[in-house]
Amino acid sequence: MAGVFDYNRMIKATNVSKRYSKKLALDGVNLNIPKGSIYGLLGPNGAGKTSFIRIMNQITAPDEGEVWFGDRKLQPSDIARIGYLPEERGLYKKMKVGEQVLYLARLKGLTTAEAKSRAKLWFERLEMNDFWDKKVEDLSKGMAQKVQFVTTVLHQPELLIFDEPFTGFDPINTNLIKKEIKRLSAEGATVIFSTHRMESVEEICDHIGLINNGQVMVEGPLLDIRKEYQNGTYAITTKNEVAQWGDAEIISKNSHHMGIAYMVKSESYPGTTVSALAQSGNLVSFEEVLPSVQDIFIEIVEHGPKTNRHA
Amino acid sequence: MRNPILLIIQREFLSRVRKKTFLVVTVLGPLIFAAMMIVPAILASLPEDEKRIIVLDEAALIVPNEGRDEYPLEYLDPRENDLESAKAFFTTSEYDAFLYIPTGESWDPDFIKNNILLFGKDDPSINMVQYLDGLLETKLNEEKLLRNGVDPEVVAQSVTQVNIKSYTMGDAEEEAVQSATPIKMVLGYIAGMMIYFFIFFYAVQVMRGVIEEKTSRIVEVIISSVRPYQLMMGKILGIGSVGVVQFLIWVILSGGIYLIASTFFLPELLANQADMGAAGTPNVQDVEGLAIFDIMRSINFPLILGGFLFYFFGGYFLFSAMFAALGSAIDQEADSQQFMLPVTLPMILALITATNVIQEPNGPLAFWMSMIPFTSPITMMIRLPFGIPIWQVFLSGAILIGTFFAMVGLAGKIYRVGILMYGKKVTWKELYKWLRY
Repeated sequence: MAGVFDYNRMIKATNVSKRYSKKLALDGVNLNIPKGSIYGLLGPNGAGKTSFIRIMNQITAPDEGEVWFGDRKLQPSDIARIGYLPEERGLYKKMKVGEQVLYLARLKGLTTAEAKSRAKLWFERLEMNDFWDKKVEDLSKGMAQKVQFVTTVLHQPELLIFDEPFTGFDPINTNLIKKEIKRLSAEGATVIFSTHRMESVEEICDHIGLINNGQVMVEGPLLDIRKEYQNGTYAITTKNEVAQWGDAEIISKNSHHMGIAYMVKSESYPGTTVSALAQSGNLVSFEEVLPSVQDIFIEIVEHGPKTNRHA
Repeated sequence: MRNPILLIIQREFLSRVRKKTFLVVTVLGPLIFAAMMIVPAILASLPEDEKRIIVLDEAALIVPNEGRDEYPLEYLDPRENDLESAKAFFTTSEYDAFLYIPTGESWDPDFIKNNILLFGKDDPSINMVQYLDGLLETKLNEEKLLRNGVDPEVVAQSVTQVNIKSYTMGDAEEEAVQSATPIKMVLGYIAGMMIYFFIFFYAVQVMRGVIEEKTSRIVEVIISSVRPYQLMMGKILGIGSVGVVQFLIWVILSGGIYLIASTFFLPELLANQADMGAAGTPNVQDVEGLAIFDIMRSINFPLILGGFLFYFFGGYFLFSAMFAALGSAIDQEADSQQFMLPVTLPMILALITATNVIQEPNGPLAFWMSMIPFTSPITMMIRLPFGIPIWQVFLSGAILIGTFFAMVGLAGKIYRVGILMYGKKVTWKELYKWLRY
């Protein structure tokens, strides 16, 4: 409900629509991004992720609907509280790194002194002290990526938005930046990752919103969603072959040094089968397999969201 | 929070002024500009190479050994040569041109004038033809006068050249100042050319800056901190202030040169003038020298300089806003050509009509061109030295200011869409669509 005071909310979008000439980029989007979460805004290219991000950053305005920031409507001054790393990113090539970092920080409202002292800390932390007087065009790609990251977080934003953050970043920087983002999250920042490579954020996100054709398909805590879309798949490893599986269906079977790994699908929980295996001493491991975000997405695109199916 | 436009202006300004090219252009600019004006004049005044002309003068029109230094005339004997043999001789000779003056049946000036031939080893230059035309015309005129019983000497004495000294009545001062039309013409041309270069040079820099931000992909980072409109305006104002600083440096430099010149030369001239007044016998040379200073003082330089700054800013705003919108719409500078021409066409038109405007600085063409905001900066700068009704200045200024506000609004709309648009071949139709996003 719009307007209800909610301490735990960072972003709330109600019925947000955005149209570009003939294309409806966002179609009645409702999203809740909890404070302190690491939120994955996921969907294929052209789903409307960047359109929504640009609305949060007030680069464009929605045609309809409202966006709330914390406990009130999004305001122009809020851009100082957001750190945004766009998919299309870059730096002034001819400008010196230090000057550039200070300039971008001052555009976000920091004083020169504040910006300088914070920049020094970050440069120290990411081992880039010798960058300060270099021109960006003289930096390697990896070095420039570090600078870009620092400019995104320097003003200590409460909300960090990364659009396709791991495309274009080299593996070393990707890990470094994942680590730093986790640290910022632990310090209380809310983080939004937007990507079409759903597998890349599964390990760090605690909340996700799946978006397709400008509409939110499903949204919520990642674990809840995965449990909801559990489709009766179990991974069972046994020492010896199993002859009887009851009503479960074998999807795959692989032999390896631990024994035989079965992947089975069962409408009901295969409790009796498993306890029988355990009693006979045949069972090595048993695990419920939660669907990946990718699987969930494909299922939703094919069959529609689960909540809608009952309705 | 501090106004981000100021920060953007500061960055745009400093990043340009600190460059070595700014220093070079600022110092060398006036020199190059002066050279552009002076060098062609010097080249034109250089004497031409000597062209030797061999003449077969059957009519005995020209007195032997006439001719200018550049065109020495030498003669073939008409008793020993005809046209064919003379042509044959010319082809093998070292002469550059061959002039043939026939005599015809009777010695008839009207027959002669239509049958004079000139052959050249290469195309005879216009100067040579003009010179020979003039020479032969004078000779034939004299002959005709003689035949009609008029003494050419009498005619020569009766030819009168009139030198009108025109004056402009000063508004308040009783003393009328000698009008300085030729100097004002030159000044008008220079001012018009300069403002064209200035507006074009700096407006293109705005476009370059926008393209740079777009291709380096920093633009979305920036506009997540400031409004696209603020970024555009900051860029336009920042680059414009570079132009103003550059202009002021030039004014101060040339003012300094003028000051030095007048400190060393003017007192002497003034002293002479005082002597002259007392003795009542003007020294012609000194009067001419003084006249230039007089004329310079008769021109309203503060108005011209002020006008330049105003029309530079107005015209620059107008065109840079359009250029910013263009820059935002394209991905690289090479794509800008198709859009640049329609945008700059009015300015070029103003330059083309400069001659007509100068000939009639208060005529209808001049008036309308200085009201249309796309041509007014240039046309007004051409007209300003001649002195124009002040209401026209204010009206054209108001139209210019109004148009640039409207243009900045339109450009801002295209800009905010264009900077986020990559890899799209943009058409005019597309730009129009963006206006309504």
